[in-house]
Amino acid sequence: MHIVVCIKQVPDSAQIRVHPVTNTIMRQGVPTIVNPYDLFALEEALRIKDQYGGRVTVLTMGPPMAEAALRKAISYGADDAVLVTDRVFAGSDTLATSFALASAIKQINKDMPVDLVFTGKQTIDGDTAQVGPGVAKRLDMQLLTYVSKIRSLDIENKEIVVERRSEGGVQVLKTKIPSLITVLEGNNEMRFATMANMFRAARYPVKIWNKDAAGIEDITKTGLKGSPTVVSKVFAPTPRAVKAEIIQCESNEPKDLSVTLLTKMFTKFPKIEKEISKRAA
Amino acid sequence: MSEATETQKPAPTGKKKFELDERLKAYKGIWVFIEHERGVIHPVSLELLGEGRKLADMLGVELAGVVMGPPGDTTRSFCHEAFFHGANLCYLVEDALLTDYRNEPYTKGLTDLVNKYQPEILFLGATTLGRDLAGSVATTLKTGLTADCTELNVDLDARSLLASRPTFGGSLLCTIQTLNYRPQMATVRPRVMAMPERDASRNGRIIEDKLGMVESSIITKVLEFIPDEMQDKPQLPFADIIVSGGRGMKKPENFKLIWDLAAVLGAEVGATRPVVQAGWVELDRQVGQSGKTVRPKLYIAAGISGAIQHRVGMDASDVIIAINNDPNAPIFDFAHYGIVGNAMTILPALTEAFKTHLAMARKAG
Repeated sequence: MHIVVCIKQVPDSAQIRVHPVTNTIMRQGVPTIVNPYDLFALEEALRIKDQYGGRVTVLTMGPPMAEAALRKAISYGADDAVLVTDRVFAGSDTLATSFALASAIKQINKDMPVDLVFTGKQTIDGDTAQVGPGVAKRLDMQLLTYVSKIRSLDIENKEIVVERRSEGGVQVLKTKIPSLITVLEGNNEMRFATMANMFRAARYPVKIWNKDAAGIEDITKTGLKGSPTVVSKVFAPTPRAVKAEIIQCESNEPKDLSVTLLTKMFTKFPKIEKEISKRAA
Repeated sequence: MSEATETQKPAPTGKKKFELDERLKAYKGIWVFIEHERGVIHPVSLELLGEGRKLADMLGVELAGVVMGPPGDTTRSFCHEAFFHGANLCYLVEDALLTDYRNEPYTKGLTDLVNKYQPEILFLGATTLGRDLAGSVATTLKTGLTADCTELNVDLDARSLLASRPTFGGSLLCTIQTLNYRPQMATVRPRVMAMPERDASRNGRIIEDKLGMVESSIITKVLEFIPDEMQDKPQLPFADIIVSGGRGMKKPENFKLIWDLAAVLGAEVGATRPVVQAGWVELDRQVGQSGKTVRPKLYIAAGISGAIQHRVGMDASDVIIAINNDPNAPIFDFAHYGIVGNAMTILPALTEAFKTHLAMARKAG
């Protein structure tokens, strides 16, 4: 069983600051983390490896510093790590990103056939959930998104049964491997890194692949050239014409403020009073 | 949407008029994928028809619904629902293989329709189904897809869709365009757009097509479907009143004050991303870009600063009350009423005030 887990290094959202003048995100000095959703995918892969044996390879595309995210994954127990990094990838949107990742997975597959590809359900920075489906289509793999549970895996018959979150319920799906699974959060918890794995992570030689090593010949499918979408404008949200009416009264006591607020609101918005009074019945 | 925000392309600066590729000029019209599961249309599809109608009128083109499902009256009735909500025509693919949603047949069905009838814009709901399908179709067609848009518009000169969404972690929105590729695809989350009026006197044309697949060629099989037990799940998107708390509530124990007010008002409880990530309330209560989008009549935000992440999920509320001890918190820029003060003392007072009002209404009623 060989599982490739696609991960992404993202800025720690809790520590993002916005530049007070230019209103742009200040990334300098913001610590990076492994996209939290990807850790659920990695843990699920490690559990399959614990049960069935095999290897877990982590893969990311990004700048050279993304190597740190791969080392973190090794410390949790991944066996191999590949960083796909090249200037030509700069500016990739989700279509171009899925092309580069799919190309790299084809190369990984040459060393050891890939049975499953796991991703998180989405990243916390792009939030698109588009790269997983894109990679599946490019590799012609069966796509299973929002998987909350892997019910069974039959390696001999190359069959997998999963529970997939859908609108209003859970679909139980049976499919063939190789397939690509985007793993839903919250159904497992990342294990602690063992001392042995931490030492291993420190020494592990991460495979650094440029476009050639990743098997990419047609660079028009990567980076800016390979990206149909362009960001044409960045702007601040329009403020409401009128700012909030700040409720004040003589005492400024919570009780008086509350009563003043209700009086004002019910006068201006009688339908809110109606809505609330409905609840008295 | 660029995955790596730091490497996003600069805006095209030149004033040179954009000229659409000849072969792409054949792509005409706006399509909305009509999502349904277990015999019910997802409201997001109707919301998209409302928005699509406006854009179609601006472009002077027709609005079409795409209905795929098992043969029968129910599937066919979805075409009429689409007409009632603004569509001029519907593309209908009926096949028993489309009974349950599966990626493979739905991707093929929708991709084939796009290649045959060539729409310039294609919208899908950003649901689990819509995101699964949109990502697959966009990759198969090798075109651009913008996820979770909060505003849609068109640039009439370039005949280009302007799809806006929040940028990561910041206080800004960005507009994304797909210039020289067709169709231009975008997803929108439920409740982001307003529900259009239903007009049962409207009608339209149905264009039928075939799926052209056999079950044996579809690798993934549906073994069963386990419906959610709805009664125990929070239903924020359709709640009339929501009381939400943010990091300003300081401690998980203080969230009881939120629950108390919600109980008096018969309201749902909401929360910001940090609060959900800290485990104070369950995931289904998260309001914002990565949580639920809500449009209640009344939204009470306590200890919430009003970051764009949260704002896009709730600023379509009819009336917003904000309680925050920072008079400069951005939430006061878009709330209707603000109380500057400590949420821990204001909330109990507000709960009492509502209780008193309800007691009076009961007497009067």
